Amino acid sequence: MKELVVISGKGGSGKTSMVAALAQLAQNPVLCDADVDAADLHLILSPRVVESHEFMAGHTASIDLEKCNGCGKCLELCRFGAISEDFVVDPLDCEGCGVCYYFCEQEAVNFPENLSGHWYISESRFGPMVHARLGIAEENSGKLVVQVRQNAAKIADSNGHELVVTDGPPGVGCPVIAAIGGAAGVLIVTEPSLSGVHDMERVVELARHFSVPPMICINKYDLNDSITEDIRKFAEEKEVPCVGQIPFDPAVTKSMVHAQTLFEYDPQAPACDAVRALWERVEKTLE
Amino acid sequence: MKYRNFKKMIISVASGKGGTGKTTVATSLALSIGGAQLLDCDVEAPNSHLFVRPVFEGEDTVTMPVPRVDEDKCTLCGECEAICQFNAIVTIADTVMTFPELCHGCGGCQAACPAGAIDEGKRTIGTIQHGRSNGLDFVHGRIRIGEAMAPPLIRQVRSRINLDVVAVIDAPPGTSCPVIAAIQDTDFVVLVTEPTPFGLNDLELAVETVKILKIPSGIIINRSDIGDGRVAEYAARENIPVLMEIPYDRKIAEAYSRGEPVVQAFPQWRRRFAGLYEEIEKLVAGRK
Repeated sequence: MKELVVISGKGGSGKTSMVAALAQLAQNPVLCDADVDAADLHLILSPRVVESHEFMAGHTASIDLEKCNGCGKCLELCRFGAISEDFVVDPLDCEGCGVCYYFCEQEAVNFPENLSGHWYISESRFGPMVHARLGIAEENSGKLVVQVRQNAAKIADSNGHELVVTDGPPGVGCPVIAAIGGAAGVLIVTEPSLSGVHDMERVVELARHFSVPPMICINKYDLNDSITEDIRKFAEEKEVPCVGQIPFDPAVTKSMVHAQTLFEYDPQAPACDAVRALWERVEKTLE
Repeated sequence: MKYRNFKKMIISVASGKGGTGKTTVATSLALSIGGAQLLDCDVEAPNSHLFVRPVFEGEDTVTMPVPRVDEDKCTLCGECEAICQFNAIVTIADTVMTFPELCHGCGGCQAACPAGAIDEGKRTIGTIQHGRSNGLDFVHGRIRIGEAMAPPLIRQVRSRINLDVVAVIDAPPGTSCPVIAAIQDTDFVVLVTEPTPFGLNDLELAVETVKILKIPSGIIINRSDIGDGRVAEYAARENIPVLMEIPYDRKIAEAYSRGEPVVQAFPQWRRRFAGLYEEIEKLVAGRK
């Protein structure tokens, strides 16, 4: 089993529309939405949820004021400013480190595990799909990303799927690091803007840092020809395969509005040929 | 400059979905206020500097405390491992191992160690740069590649807020801890979205986030003519003001690609962004 993770650094560069299109081109894939913060792939693939699981992760402190004697030890030790002068814990500031719980001599601190979200195993029209929803304002997104990826891999292994296509989160931090480790390759979707290039360079560095081979796709390449040229040069210098460039095509957004993949919405759209050519190169590169 | 006597607001610009135009709005808003401060808290993918082009005056390394164990003093009692919620310190056979990249810097192990064998080292999580451009005071954070934890760096960027001027914060996308760190305790959140199913889905999540934080908000619909009317309907239903609509215009997209702020590339937008600030000011004043 091989896993391809689609990331970008910068958000909104077209990751999810790309994953939906690839879901249709790939042979018998397992699909995985690892953007657990703002998952969108389900809006195109309309999965039917088969299994729903609670995601328990991390702890949050609360102080029982009946037991508290106001000694102030917790206030003194908390480094996150989460405890008020009158010993109320703000759950948004609580890091879940347990220091107050551990040192309270009155045993006045409760420290229960959090229900941080849910993850799902579903059926979609292109194959099994594993996805999740992190609770609002929750932490531990990295752990939830690992959870959905592990389950996608498990389904692939036990049912003979050779490929997992994963929709990754934006950025370069915790959830992205959790999304790319051990993947066969990452497809970096960028766009020819100074922002797109800046964030792509950082994410290439991240992929190299974690020894996952990167590939680059230039989306909306005709928006700025000279920056597209710069991206190609960068890719060449860094020896990152540039596996495709997709023209700006209103059909991409329209397909999303209709909850369809690009190929379902308009198989004649200019972007279709470009995505097919890209997929051929991605498959070769993964071999 | 007539607003200088008013309490100086902190306005954050956020969105659930990435790439909806946070940086476009944050930079043009900050440039329209006059003498404002812009803090780019999207430390994983900071882009505001590409538009504002500040002359950087300084750079500071930001670190987090991590445990350092004196093996001579350590009795291998395991108290440090017992308190650590993040598996960042463990006793294996006859040694204590630390995993600095997992450490949240809570200081629990140090406080728990009965032998006094733990003191503090440092791990670099990123850098903060500051500078000026066109009368704008600019600060941003850049997370070190390979570092997972953005919130402590975001909090350090925010500690540079100049309370004497209006501050605009460019927040990261999403709904989890980095966003909370960036927008918590600000006076107003501008939620930038686009009129598509992804835009709407992620806007709903962002609205839930600002509700939890109890911060007033308004919506900007970017590329307002590319999708459908569901975002506008949602805003009306939720009673959240739509502050501005920016139609799709290839010229705006091209100016964006070159790193030109909307208000500089298209002077006709200056008045609209100045008006946006006045509108936000009224909404915040109306709540007090």
